[in-house]
Amino acid sequence: MMNSEDDRLLKESDKALLRGRQYSGASRIDGPLVYMRNTHPVGYGELVEIIAPDGSIRSGQVLDTSDDAVCVQCFEGTDGLSLPGTRMHFLGEPLTLGVTDKMLGRVMNGLGKSRDGAALPTSVDERDVNGVAMNPTAREYPRDFIQTGISVIDGMMTLIQGQKLPIFSGNGMDHNQLAAQIVRQAKVRGGKSDFAIVFAAMGVKYDVAKYFIDSFEETGVLDNVAMFLSLADDPSLERTITPKTALTLAEHLAFDKGKQVLVIMTDMTNYCESLREISTQRGEIPSRKGYPGYMYSSLAEIYERSGKLMGRPGSITQLPILTMPNDDISHPIPDLTGYITEGQVVFDRDMHGRGIYPPINALSSLSRLMKDGIGEGMTRDDHPHLSNQLFASYSKVQEVRNLASVIGEEELTELDHKYMEFGEFFEKKFVSQGFDEDRSIEETLDRGWEALSILPAEELQRLTEEEIEAHYRG
Amino acid sequence: MQERIVGRVKRVNGPVLTAKGIGDAKMMELVHVSELRIVGEIVKLNGDEATIQVYEDATGIAPGDNIYGSGMSLSAELGPGLIGNIYDGIQRPLEELRTLSGDFISKGIAAPAVDHDKAWHFVPSVSVGDKVGRGSIIGTVQETERVEHRIMLAPTFPEEMTVVNMAEEGDYKVDDQIAIVSDGKGRTEIVTMIQRWPIRVPRPVADHMDLSTPLITGLRVIDTLFPLSKGGTVAIPGGFGTGKTMTQHSVAQWCDADIIVYIGCGERGNEMTDVLREFPHLIDPRTGLSLMQRTILIANTSNMPVSAREASIYTGITMAEYYRDMGYSVAIMADSTSRWAEALRELSGRMEEMPAEEGFPAYLPTRIAQFYERAGHMKTLSGKEGSVSVIGAVSPPGGDFSEPVTQHTKRFVRAFWGLDRSLASARHYPAISWTESYSEYVDEVKSWWNGQSQDKWFDNRRRIMELLQKEVRLQQIVKLVGPDALPDSQNFILEVCSLFKTAFLQQNAFDEIDRYCSIDKQVKMLAIILRYYDLGSDAIAKGVPLVKIRRLQVVQDIARMRFNISNDNADEIDKIELKLERSMMQLGSLYDEQ
Repeated sequence: MMNSEDDRLLKESDKALLRGRQYSGASRIDGPLVYMRNTHPVGYGELVEIIAPDGSIRSGQVLDTSDDAVCVQCFEGTDGLSLPGTRMHFLGEPLTLGVTDKMLGRVMNGLGKSRDGAALPTSVDERDVNGVAMNPTAREYPRDFIQTGISVIDGMMTLIQGQKLPIFSGNGMDHNQLAAQIVRQAKVRGGKSDFAIVFAAMGVKYDVAKYFIDSFEETGVLDNVAMFLSLADDPSLERTITPKTALTLAEHLAFDKGKQVLVIMTDMTNYCESLREISTQRGEIPSRKGYPGYMYSSLAEIYERSGKLMGRPGSITQLPILTMPNDDISHPIPDLTGYITEGQVVFDRDMHGRGIYPPINALSSLSRLMKDGIGEGMTRDDHPHLSNQLFASYSKVQEVRNLASVIGEEELTELDHKYMEFGEFFEKKFVSQGFDEDRSIEETLDRGWEALSILPAEELQRLTEEEIEAHYRG
Repeated sequence: MQERIVGRVKRVNGPVLTAKGIGDAKMMELVHVSELRIVGEIVKLNGDEATIQVYEDATGIAPGDNIYGSGMSLSAELGPGLIGNIYDGIQRPLEELRTLSGDFISKGIAAPAVDHDKAWHFVPSVSVGDKVGRGSIIGTVQETERVEHRIMLAPTFPEEMTVVNMAEEGDYKVDDQIAIVSDGKGRTEIVTMIQRWPIRVPRPVADHMDLSTPLITGLRVIDTLFPLSKGGTVAIPGGFGTGKTMTQHSVAQWCDADIIVYIGCGERGNEMTDVLREFPHLIDPRTGLSLMQRTILIANTSNMPVSAREASIYTGITMAEYYRDMGYSVAIMADSTSRWAEALRELSGRMEEMPAEEGFPAYLPTRIAQFYERAGHMKTLSGKEGSVSVIGAVSPPGGDFSEPVTQHTKRFVRAFWGLDRSLASARHYPAISWTESYSEYVDEVKSWWNGQSQDKWFDNRRRIMELLQKEVRLQQIVKLVGPDALPDSQNFILEVCSLFKTAFLQQNAFDEIDRYCSIDKQVKMLAIILRYYDLGSDAIAKGVPLVKIRRLQVVQDIARMRFNISNDNADEIDKIELKLERSMMQLGSLYDEQ
């Protein structure tokens, strides 16, 4: 057996030599996958340049490698490739993105190549787009309250800097408007901070992307936005890489440049659909509804790239948007997302139908990081108990409504009528707000008290006597 | 054994590799792949080929790369210095990795689990000539202010041995020789303070013992309604956002185990950071010492490699068993076992095995059973008593309890704390459903509890469970015909149950007083609510209208006693009881006269 040190040196030099080689002639093309035989040993996950018969260069990545063959997924589609005419160049390194803060204000495609025609600023800092896991001991626990100016979010599912809080919506609801409103209004209280926005669009229509561009332009933040667009007519595989590219830039902006980065990703459902497509094409064993078994890990690799690091000023806050297929929250996509993210903001078709904007169903929504970001010194001392009471009372409203639908409203007790009244007020005056309405946290909390004041004081058992004394006006 | 090349990579497909030219590699042998030195484990041997699962991202591994065999199975390093540490799934210390590679975990880095350069003050407890055997305790080290680390002989040693040489009391590093033992038949062993144990093999014990002592968690719904024994197993299933992690945190913080092993298996990074930042500042109500002084954390977050997630459960329980062998009661929280099962599924899929239900491998139930069977209340090899209690969270997809992981887990655990989405939506925490949950330990812990409560616990528990059952039926009637259709006596049951839910079952994890409830306070709280039911029912029989009872000031006192009465002053509840009796008497007398 060969001495292992000699062996290692030999192999390293081999690799350097082989890197320059180009191979021609694919053995099989199936959807976005290209198979090639008789290559040198190619590393798993390596970046590949695929040269089409017409000379155009596309990028791809090694998905499976063995002694006999290499399987490459081609991000930009395989249209126009032929078996004998396809050439491949294995670059010996993973897919990277050259990052620089000059990318703010630019529009790129899912792989981080320029989309607006002009050349991208050069960068010497090439980062692996897959990222590496943050060491949990290096994380700083997020506690800084972001005021979105939207009562139901600030009051009951507070957004925290460094959180990942998805919006679970359905087709045809106002999730884009809400995301745009958050971008416009988000601020950290008591301090000037350096915000930047990274926007990743996966498989959405051009008009949706346009809506966001216009909205950013109106607010004058466009120079602070980096956009990664992989639209509905772009190759489906590009969508699987778009959020990773976007987050690679976000990490640079947050942790090297100290910016507070808000990452908006829409629509995560399309990302998962692409994962399923590629998995099926490779003949993998599916788990639920045909989605691959590793979808949880894949989603986690995206969502977990948010947070704060100790001793560094920046943060990454994620607002992924996903449309629940058939409004079903137990569908694998929202389900797996909910298990990874720190809460969720859930849209409700019924409230949307009743003209309530934002149509957020407070009861099924949640912010897991809220507990440490609210209260005295952060929002207001009565905030924790107040939100708790609003949840409890509003959930009672649902019970009363169910009861009323069976026995009729006239049969309800006096107390139940009060709950009905509270429910109306809560939805119309607390949850509901204008598209341009920016409410301060104080205003939000006062509205909450106004709603609770409809109920008799002895129903408010989640609040302390002192709090009731100070704020209750019933 | 020396490191040697055992083969070469043939194919790479995610975290599963195929290797060829395999010579003398063993099943479950720990290997390092390529010059990136990625840690892996041999999971299948077939002819001269082997399947290897790697514990780090496989990017960059190419066919033809060398595979280096270590000659050992994937093992945990066991010795002083484990407590208060945080590890990844294969027991690499994360703090140490941070000094090696910065804020992000790079590939191929390694560090020993405990500090080999630190000197510990060792006190021998045996002397030369003493008879010892496998598992015997030969000395102690004060590991933290709270935990005395007992140095044991490895469980692989013979049963009868003699101490030939023993170190004096003094400061030693973990690798220093502290004793030499011999069995007189030519086997002589040098003993240090460190052992290695393969994580997938249970550590041997002398005997199983009965499970008659409850693990007190300070959560009323658990301790009073669905108790867990020391050495018992329980599953906490619940959809996302129902409070699995919150419940696990509460139990980890306040339960009366000596050692806590908290495994964050495929969960959120920020949650582990929360534990890591919060625990050192939390003070254990029993010892007055920081909770971190009894806690070992394993953080294999969801974006860390999937194979290490699979291993993390075993790493955790191996460390738990090690402390059990010293005679401690250990509680292990696994959050969440579904992520572990999914890791199994992912790896099985990559190995192209035939799937059973929902893509899970057919051996899923066997693996779940093997894991939960490592719990128990044991007599250790050294004759001490120790226990490992397992609290496993389950994350059923879509919150549907009929899925394979929940169903198979239910077969192997004896208590079940089912979390309910509607309770969680109403912010009723802990959202443990009283209709769906059960505990088979109730009878076993009956005598312990009755000893604490003048023989009242068992009967009171039964009575309140009956009332809760009645309430479910009455609620169905109310849903059809409205509450006014029920007589006051039945409406009063609804009233009492609703009071029981707000005053007893709910518990605020962030309230200074309410987050932990002593046994004494629990017993009294339950008793006063039942007393309210008895007195109220009598009053209603006399003709007192329900509204009058409901409006009594004392009802507010009962509703708020969980916040207003501290654990040390549980006797205050007796005063409320007196007040209750007086109020009811006054009310009753008004109606007697009429």
